[in-house]
Amino acid sequence: MNSFPRNADFWSGLALAALGAYIVSDAWKWVYMGEDGPGAGFFPLWYGSLMMILSLALVAGTLLRKPTAARPPAIRWADLRRALTCWAAFVASIALMPVAGFAISFALLTWFIVAVMARRPQPVALGLAIGGAAAFHGIFVWALELSLPRGLLF
Amino acid sequence: MDILGGLLQGFQVALTTNNLLMCVIGVVLGTVIGVLPGLGPPATIAMLLPLTFRLEPTGTMIMLAGIDYCAKYGGSTTSILLNVPGESSSVVTCIDGYQMARKGRAGAALGMAAIASFIAGTFGVLALMLVAPPLARLSLAFSAPEYFALMVLGLTMVVLLAGESLVKALLSMLVGLWIAGMGTDLFTATSRFTFGRVELLGGIDFIIVAIGVFAVGEVLGNIEAAKPVEMLPVPKGLRNLLPTWDDMKRCRFAFVNGSVVGFLIGVLPGAGSTIASFMSYGIEKAVSRHPEEFGKGAIEGVAAPEGANNAETGGALVPLLTLGIPGSGTTAILLAALILWGFKPGPLFIQDSPALFWGLVASMYIGNVLLLVLNLPLVAVFAQLLKLPAYAMFPLILGVSIVGVYTAAGSMFQLGLLALFGLLGYAMRKLDFPTAPLVLGLVLGDAMERALRQSLMMSQGDPSILLRPIPSVLLLLAAVLLMVPLVRKFNAVRVKVLDREA
Repeated sequence: MNSFPRNADFWSGLALAALGAYIVSDAWKWVYMGEDGPGAGFFPLWYGSLMMILSLALVAGTLLRKPTAARPPAIRWADLRRALTCWAAFVASIALMPVAGFAISFALLTWFIVAVMARRPQPVALGLAIGGAAAFHGIFVWALELSLPRGLLF
Repeated sequence: MDILGGLLQGFQVALTTNNLLMCVIGVVLGTVIGVLPGLGPPATIAMLLPLTFRLEPTGTMIMLAGIDYCAKYGGSTTSILLNVPGESSSVVTCIDGYQMARKGRAGAALGMAAIASFIAGTFGVLALMLVAPPLARLSLAFSAPEYFALMVLGLTMVVLLAGESLVKALLSMLVGLWIAGMGTDLFTATSRFTFGRVELLGGIDFIIVAIGVFAVGEVLGNIEAAKPVEMLPVPKGLRNLLPTWDDMKRCRFAFVNGSVVGFLIGVLPGAGSTIASFMSYGIEKAVSRHPEEFGKGAIEGVAAPEGANNAETGGALVPLLTLGIPGSGTTAILLAALILWGFKPGPLFIQDSPALFWGLVASMYIGNVLLLVLNLPLVAVFAQLLKLPAYAMFPLILGVSIVGVYTAAGSMFQLGLLALFGLLGYAMRKLDFPTAPLVLGLVLGDAMERALRQSLMMSQGDPSILLRPIPSVLLLLAAVLLMVPLVRKFNAVRVKVLDREA
């Protein structure tokens, strides 16, 4: 039996087909060809349609492909979990910046990656977190005079 | 201005204290980036770009170009000592470089990589200097239809060479075109794909996408699982790093092969240094008197690809500076940088900005000498960077990414977009969607739409304007290139059927 529901190409193809449909539906509302020439909808209508066709071709390819016995699994969940955990920590640190400022948020992100994800000892994690935040502040704010996100606290 | 006069002016620019310092920074930083697996030139240049906005553009371009060509040399260090390529362009160096190191000839391999990089890199700059000005003059005849056709051809070649799946590469490019189209349409003031957000009316800054997809995406991809590898020892002393006279004689053709193949592949949009290094390795093996030694530690197997990936830099700058068409992720970022500084890469670039063009060319000659002089004695120091733990690098890259985007855009909304594009970059890696076509689609999207609409305005909506001689040849070439994978696939099926029947 074809295992297309487990195939990443099948789902990414469907997602891109939906994006293509969205582009076409929006472009449909704009002027395609006006008196002065092509309007705002001209170019998006073409690439949106092409995106729909190609993504459906990707989906069709996964449906028609013959199943092979020695096919490696498309996704390794443990790896994916690690990457998504890091991404969530990154998003959380950005979300925290309006309150805590760059230095504290970045120190927390560093501590999380070193102590929780890499399982290094607390002195190493804290040293890197505090040292890293101080170095960033020193280099970018004091030396290069760039503005970093400021929070209510710092 | 003649070439010699231009070059003299270029050396006057490149030899100022500031620009010389920027060149040294670029060379050292590029080598460091090349040595560190998982951090490539596009990510580094994208991260550094917003931090350099306040600096002088010529010096900054000299530094960024230095990062690009020296990272390709730096990548060979890990290939030879660890069997782990620091850059994708150094993958093929692992084959013979690591075998040489296992036989106790790591020094000769590292030395040959530096010498080949110097020779081919210098050839690449020389060819850039000779080819770019006449090509720029030729392209002065281009107007909107020609540019549109040229951009279509550029994107076609990129999607053909960017990955294993043509469909995925095309889809990646189309997503880039979509992101490029976000914001207010300059012709009609219509808001497109803004999702009702005021922040998106001005479009999405290229820097946010580049840093998200390359830097954040790379961190997420590398944080998955750490694989411990054992480093072979680096020989001490400069004498042990120099190849023998016999090695140099054996590599005569490899130097020529790497230089010519690297430059020509570089000129082609989308081919890139990885293809250049693989192709020169293949040619070297095919013409060698000792093909059986390849894969077992043949020094030509190090010289040819390492030369090719450095000569490619000079080649890649030809379409970027003379036509305004980038051929890779890195040159796309350099194009965005030039536009942000107010330059117009294209036929008039050399004429309008001679100090920048010739200064860059001269700095590349200097940079290639610096690469050889600095890197041979310091290779042991650079190799120590491999002991730097990855868990310390990841927060550093994420921190610089945040600073870069905040400096360029200055709002928390853009930092949210950075996280979103980081996830997109990671997803693309996991799903085998090439990232280079997305970035190229994004960089060229706006200009491509403008060129198409201007062409159709010129002809009052008549598409036959694209059938003028130059555009029609370019579009025909693009169509033929798109057909190649289909023909190959059809042929494979035909052979399979014939085999079955037999």
